[in-house]
Amino acid sequence: MTAVIELEDLSVRLGTKQVLDSLRASLKGRAIGLLGPNGAGKSTLINTLLGFYPPTSGSAKIFGKDISTHTKELRHVIGFMPESDSFIADMSGVGFVRYMAELSGLPANEALERAHEAFYYVGLGEARYRKVGTFSLGMKQMVKLAQAIVHGPQLLFLDEPTNGLDPPARLRMIALIKEIRDTQGIHIILSSHLLRDVEECCEEALILKDGRIAAYCNLEEERRSNKKFVELETVGSKENFTQAVEQLGCECAWFPTGRAKMVLPENISMRELYTVAAKHQVQIRKMNYRRDSLEDIFLRAMEGQYQPQNKAAQNGHL
Amino acid sequence: MAIYKRLYRPYAGRYTGHRFRFWVITKSALRTLFDSRFLLAFFVACNIPFVIFLLIIYITNNAAAQALLQMKGSPILIDNFFFLRYLIFQSTLSFLITAWVGPGLVSVDLSNDALPLYLARPLTRTEYLLGKFGVIFMLTSAITWVPGLMLLGLESSLGPIGWFQRYYWLFGSMFIGSLLWIAVIGLLSLTLSAWVKWRIVATGAMLGIFFALAGFGEALNQVLRTNWGHVLNLGYDINLAWFNLFRMDSVTGPYNKPAIGRLMELPSWAGWVSLSLLCAFCLLMLNKKLKAREVVR
Repeated sequence: MTAVIELEDLSVRLGTKQVLDSLRASLKGRAIGLLGPNGAGKSTLINTLLGFYPPTSGSAKIFGKDISTHTKELRHVIGFMPESDSFIADMSGVGFVRYMAELSGLPANEALERAHEAFYYVGLGEARYRKVGTFSLGMKQMVKLAQAIVHGPQLLFLDEPTNGLDPPARLRMIALIKEIRDTQGIHIILSSHLLRDVEECCEEALILKDGRIAAYCNLEEERRSNKKFVELETVGSKENFTQAVEQLGCECAWFPTGRAKMVLPENISMRELYTVAAKHQVQIRKMNYRRDSLEDIFLRAMEGQYQPQNKAAQNGHL
Repeated sequence: MAIYKRLYRPYAGRYTGHRFRFWVITKSALRTLFDSRFLLAFFVACNIPFVIFLLIIYITNNAAAQALLQMKGSPILIDNFFFLRYLIFQSTLSFLITAWVGPGLVSVDLSNDALPLYLARPLTRTEYLLGKFGVIFMLTSAITWVPGLMLLGLESSLGPIGWFQRYYWLFGSMFIGSLLWIAVIGLLSLTLSAWVKWRIVATGAMLGIFFALAGFGEALNQVLRTNWGHVLNLGYDINLAWFNLFRMDSVTGPYNKPAIGRLMELPSWAGWVSLSLLCAFCLLMLNKKLKAREVVR
């Protein structure tokens, strides 16, 4: 599978500040979250991938094509929703999105048709003839999404898409992002400081800190591996139960007062533990498994304690 | 009424060519501009001099028309100075139209932070600038060199035998002279539009550059007892270049000799050089400002 984005010792210096420092990564997911505290380099990375900032050293590839040499070609297949309020206030909503579609290379009639479609898709169909400048903040976010998807890009950069949205609008935006993500042939790079947004929409997360990669994790794998470590509190005879779960391939360690810690193999589900317990007349009074949220991963990454399972991303110096 | 399905679908149709993508910007801006009835009316009024010059050429070359108007021959000599006067007249109008339209072209995108949206698409900064410049080019061309060449064509066909052989080079002079003027005012207005956010201030600055620099140049002339202060006067510079293009040094008609003599105080290359430097400076400033993201050092 070709990587969506490949960073090869990518460094970017703006003025006297080293904003990105020797990033090396191969991002392959359908939806990749870009996380990091303010000033970590998330927006700079997006801007560099869009060709707004030239790399100081190293290179980056999108769909296997170098961003410096295939800029125009790549911009045909890229959609960008910027963080800031970017639009043309004096244009009608549909006029603005049509204009953006035409700039992306769509013929005038197709551009108009897709602009209407995009407006309906983001739920602003009724307001499409109003001037963009008169839209509320939430509507402007939706217009920005509409202009980013109007030309049917294969890679969508979303920079803080839920900024300034109230809870219902945020949920609507998240639902749209998930729907777009699940469409064939599109990849999403979602930059956000809201961990929940990334957790809900993304399969992978690239965490940046001070312009360097602090962590790159596959969220699905993390969730799966979390469920491997189980803590039980039981009542009843534990010998037969232990034997039975060990036959399933589990590693088991018992502590006083009926507490046990187990490591489950990949193919064993929690339900099977209940079945075995019932069979050996053991009551499971409490069952916990490690719930490492993205927040835990993020905090560990910020403290430099994250042990990546995914070696596809690292800093060049390491 | 069209019914649109509420679903996301990738685009699988054809794309337009890269080469004229900038035209989308020009077309859209012109459409917006001509929504203004004032601009439309002014634009139409700008072509009234063309009609007057057209009539002059027709009457001058038509004995029947002269008889009808009870004229004994035409008092107007149709030569290089006639067409230079036309260009000077039209360039003043084109300056006014540019001063009105130009300052709003780039500033609207900068104040709305829309540049990242343009430049995230298959469009370079040069193409963006070309698209915006195209607006001024289209508007000013329609009142300078396009009707100018039509007038020359008319005079070539109606004029006395040998007129065309004598003045054929005027076609090139009209075209290049107009282009030079369009480049100067176009780039200047776009630069001011990029650097001055408020349209009214930018328009004022454009007028100010023409008049204030001329005044400063004159002051320099007085203080330093030189003529080189004229190079700061953009009107003087363009006239120097036009006098060169329209071969005014060889003119023989009954013209305003002191005014022509004043323009002969400096060599014509001084006009060309100072206008080229101004254009280069404008391009440099535009290059500095027209960026998707500004780097704050």
